[in-house]
Amino acid sequence: MELSAEERAILAGSRGEPARRALEYQVEVGRFWGAKRLVPVTNVHMMGDIEVMGDAGLAYLQGEVKSAARCVVSTTTNARCVDFAHCDRLGQDPGEVAKERELIQCLRRMDVVTTDTCINYQTVYQPHLGEHVAWGDTGTVIYANSVFGARSNFESGPAALAAALTGRTPEYGFHLDEHRRGSFTVELKVRLDDLADWGAVGKLVGEAHQDYFAVPVFHGYHRTPTADELKHLGAALASYGSMGMFHFVGVTPEAPSVAAVFQGREPAERIAISDRDIDRVYGSYNLGDGDARLVVFSGPQQSLLEMKRLAALFQGRKVKSGSSCFVTTNGAVLAQSRALGYASALEDAGVTILEGVCFYILQNLSPMRQANRWTNMVSSSAKIVNIIGAHRFNTILRRTADCVEIACSGRLR
Amino acid sequence: MQRTIAVARGFGPVVEGEALVSEEGFSPRYDLDRWTGVITKPGHKLEGVSIVDKVCFFPTAKGGIAAGWAFYDIKWKKIAPKAFVFGVTNPVMVQGAIFAGIPITAGWSPHPRGVVKTGDWVRVDPGRNIIEVLR
Repeated sequence: MELSAEERAILAGSRGEPARRALEYQVEVGRFWGAKRLVPVTNVHMMGDIEVMGDAGLAYLQGEVKSAARCVVSTTTNARCVDFAHCDRLGQDPGEVAKERELIQCLRRMDVVTTDTCINYQTVYQPHLGEHVAWGDTGTVIYANSVFGARSNFESGPAALAAALTGRTPEYGFHLDEHRRGSFTVELKVRLDDLADWGAVGKLVGEAHQDYFAVPVFHGYHRTPTADELKHLGAALASYGSMGMFHFVGVTPEAPSVAAVFQGREPAERIAISDRDIDRVYGSYNLGDGDARLVVFSGPQQSLLEMKRLAALFQGRKVKSGSSCFVTTNGAVLAQSRALGYASALEDAGVTILEGVCFYILQNLSPMRQANRWTNMVSSSAKIVNIIGAHRFNTILRRTADCVEIACSGRLR
Repeated sequence: MQRTIAVARGFGPVVEGEALVSEEGFSPRYDLDRWTGVITKPGHKLEGVSIVDKVCFFPTAKGGIAAGWAFYDIKWKKIAPKAFVFGVTNPVMVQGAIFAGIPITAGWSPHPRGVVKTGDWVRVDPGRNIIEVLR
């Protein structure tokens, strides 16, 4: 790799041991991918909580703090595994909760802004076309690349932390024009009336093309999609297909036309999605033993407009006795939801709102499942339906209004 | 019979171990119990199988930023595999493996099917971009 004078100086220790070690690691990652150089980044979004990091990760962070590690670009955090207001009631392990507090303190000492959100792109930072960032949480990355036209790879916790300490990242993958071209086309001859439908599209396309470097190009849709719709589409593509980018012709900034995104190449494949395909997704779930006692709106966290819609759907209704319904969002959205009355409408209905977390990374989730004898999890998020499997839930995707109905009736349909 | 597989990219020292060949992709977050090293996702083609100390062949990588810390976590808990051999991978797997010091390769030719099967003893040489089936 070609390193600048400043980068060579960092490797020689000019900015201290944490930055030296971080850059050395980045060079190794860059070498693997054949990166020619590092590019400066303006913003870092990192995943770091005790559930994903474990004791090993916490010990690593403590070591970094001891070595006076310090972020050199603005750095925010992804959703975490503990909402301190709810941890006792959820039966989360007090020892792990204490470690989570310690971990947060470590991050703050390194000047990380602990936003605890996986919807930073809706609430914290919106990079512009061509801006290089280093983001973690796949849903944030695919949104940055696709909807903003910014440039990021999936940056896992250690890689994002390294970028925060050095202010750069290896230039490979979606930082390069050659990987941002379209791979195949997806014609949307479909209604897509609910956010869950957009997740279903992401599942269909992602599952069939599991490749980080595959870039689907959506076209032919009859109206302009909303930010929340693109959020659910992207989150599902990233989850099922490990994809980091899509184009939506006439919608996303690098896709003025189908021809423009293929740059003279032919699409490797042309597929179309119909209403029948979406119906088949909903019909594909095994309802297991019929348990309808857990309904989750999470993964990604809910935006303010999603909170508004949920509040309207739950207005005057009650979650069935014995059932649990969880909504997760970030602190900023929750504060506004409280001010606007959405939060109270949900809480009056018996919905539990968790702040700063995502349901699937909750500390102690498997024991929580066992203690509550939950077998099924119903959600409007195609992403969470996919990723919660290791906790041995049988998962079922349903449209938003159907999820509300299931939560309130206790009957699975 | 062919006894070697060429890989496109690699990181880490030479390691030997027992092969675990999967027909399905992998995520340490979606599929793995990170306390035992056993694949627990219901319906995964390797459900119930341990990856501990194995040379794991996976055709694809699934989802998940959290994999980066997860590899470091399983290495610390001494339940990591000897190496990851991916057909197609993503940056998270690579960043995570390098951070944890677990050898990793990506891209294979020919496909391991027909060359290596679960239980074979294999040597992974990321520096030479080659995997050899020893027995």
